[in-house]
Amino acid sequence: MKTFGKIYTAAVFVLLYTPILLLMLFSFNSSKNTVHFEGFTFKWYEELFHNDTLLHLLLNTIIIAVIASVVATVLGTMAAVGIHKMKKRMQNVILTITNVPMTNPDIVTGVSLALLFVFIGGVMKNNNVLGFWTLLIAHITFGLPYVILSVLPKIRQMDRNLMDAALDLGCTPMKAFFKVMLPEIMPGVFTGMTMVFTLSLDDFVISYFVYGSGFSTLPIEIYNYTKKPIPPSIYALFTVLFMVILALMVLMNVFQARDERKKSKKLAV
Amino acid sequence: MKRILAAILTLTLAFTLFAAIPSLPAKAEGETVTINVYNWGQYIGIGEEDTIDVNAEFTKRTGIQVNYTTYDSNETLLTKLETGGSSYDIIIPSDYMIERLIKKDMLEKLNFDNIPNYQYIDEQYKNTPYDPNNEYSVPYTYGTVGIIYNTKYVTKTVDSWNILWDEDYKDKILTFDNPRDLFAIAEFLLGIDVNTTSEADYQKCYDKLLEQKPLVQQYVMDQIFDAMINESAWIAPYYAGDFVTMHEDNPDLAFCYPKEGFNFFIDAICIPKGCEHKAEAEAYINFLCDPEISGQNMDAIGYATPIPEAKEYLSEEFANSEVVYFDEATAAKSKMFSDLPDETFQLMNDYWSKLKVEGSGYTLYIIIGAVIAAVIVAVVIMRVRKKKLYE
Repeated sequence: MKTFGKIYTAAVFVLLYTPILLLMLFSFNSSKNTVHFEGFTFKWYEELFHNDTLLHLLLNTIIIAVIASVVATVLGTMAAVGIHKMKKRMQNVILTITNVPMTNPDIVTGVSLALLFVFIGGVMKNNNVLGFWTLLIAHITFGLPYVILSVLPKIRQMDRNLMDAALDLGCTPMKAFFKVMLPEIMPGVFTGMTMVFTLSLDDFVISYFVYGSGFSTLPIEIYNYTKKPIPPSIYALFTVLFMVILALMVLMNVFQARDERKKSKKLAV
Repeated sequence: MKRILAAILTLTLAFTLFAAIPSLPAKAEGETVTINVYNWGQYIGIGEEDTIDVNAEFTKRTGIQVNYTTYDSNETLLTKLETGGSSYDIIIPSDYMIERLIKKDMLEKLNFDNIPNYQYIDEQYKNTPYDPNNEYSVPYTYGTVGIIYNTKYVTKTVDSWNILWDEDYKDKILTFDNPRDLFAIAEFLLGIDVNTTSEADYQKCYDKLLEQKPLVQQYVMDQIFDAMINESAWIAPYYAGDFVTMHEDNPDLAFCYPKEGFNFFIDAICIPKGCEHKAEAEAYINFLCDPEISGQNMDAIGYATPIPEAKEYLSEEFANSEVVYFDEATAAKSKMFSDLPDETFQLMNDYWSKLKVEGSGYTLYIIIGAVIAAVIVAVVIMRVRKKKLYE
């Protein structure tokens, strides 16, 4: 049974990671062929870093992802604190409402947001509303529930008396939040933020409906590559992107592990 | 009271934000004008592999900035224009879509005084069926569909669409994954007009395509490149310009214009209604029609230029290709798509979906059925166990 478990785990990992490894491998292939590996080269990377169009779109995508994840995290954490203070029944109602956008098919969210933006644009007599701001609002909107969902359990886990103690000892509620509550729920806040960041980075369906003439992102551009096969410089781009995210994840884990060690040391003292 | 005040303040803030959006970019740019160009994906030179970066060159010469975004099909373009919310200055739809946009009154008439380079466009690409008086569009590229085959494996003479129905090449045939191009093949073969609106004609085409289905390896689009180059497929209908690209990678490939006829298309540059910088957009059109720019641009994307003077700026493979720049006898057999009524589009789409589901569908249904059955059984078993536990 133990060997079976190991084989099963290995199979899962192979299935999960072979496609990415293959893509990385072919980003170093000297020919455009995707079946035979013909020789090692860095030329696709060179081409990628000379391709202003792609780099510009990548920058757009990252700007949206960063701003959206920060704003969604702040709003989501605030919302989670508020929801926690509500009565049980109200909590359930609000949670159900905030979870709807998450379970709602992306395409419905996308179309309805586009309709709303165009309608507001019509009211403001602006026939060019779609662009950076609408993309940003849409990304914040679909990111919010994920933040609430990852922060709320952390608040519930917290010892209730901690906040009371802080207030008793003379903290203002604001100070108590930053000094006591925030450090406690930080892991949840972080998880929520990374979740929104990655979701925003690769979102296509919603972005597709709310992008406009002035601003577009990488996933939209790549979806439109229907005329010709995807050039290998895109593989190079994906490899770079994957590596950056991997590095971020590793770094996060290292920091978290260090934090926990510090905490347990403090407790021991 | 406090709450109501807060709500009102939030709302005003939200609305002022929205109102501020349009004025933001204008202030930041100062004097420079930015035009919004909306084009097919991978349909302009962007400076890859030492080719020309068309938009950067335009900005360098005129000082006009270009906001460049892309779409994947004519239908996406139409949807985006009809939804509203974004204004474009330049779009590049195909022939039949231009006809539709003109019918819907969604295009601006061009001022040809601003487009002197229009004189370079070859006469054959003027007075087209979609824009008979040359008022709304300027040709960007044109192209054709033919049969690409591998001479190593396909030894029979290829001169007809019939080769795609040949039993000897079972499972080595690829064909289009879009209804218009796919049905056109059957229509040419059966001698039916490609712009027919009769339901009986589509039934006939459907029967013919169904007959072909067991022989077809896959219905695909851009995967054709890899499959043909790697020789995992031997015959496929595709665009002539792309054949030249594939031929560079696999010299055994050959191209044929079927004797029954083939599709000929033009993608042309237009200015949609609601455009905010018409004069600058016309300057952009004029720039694209400059023979030097057109030549270098087409060299980058591999399609045919409607400007004869541009050919001297093309690489030899393209300039001398008889596949891309075919003779008049071949041209006589070509046929252009025109805009079909909505009902006909719907009819074609219905037959197409039916074709794709037919046959292969059953295994899928069986799998889905089995999964649902398994879930139901599992739920029932769990319930029974729970009940027993309580007892």
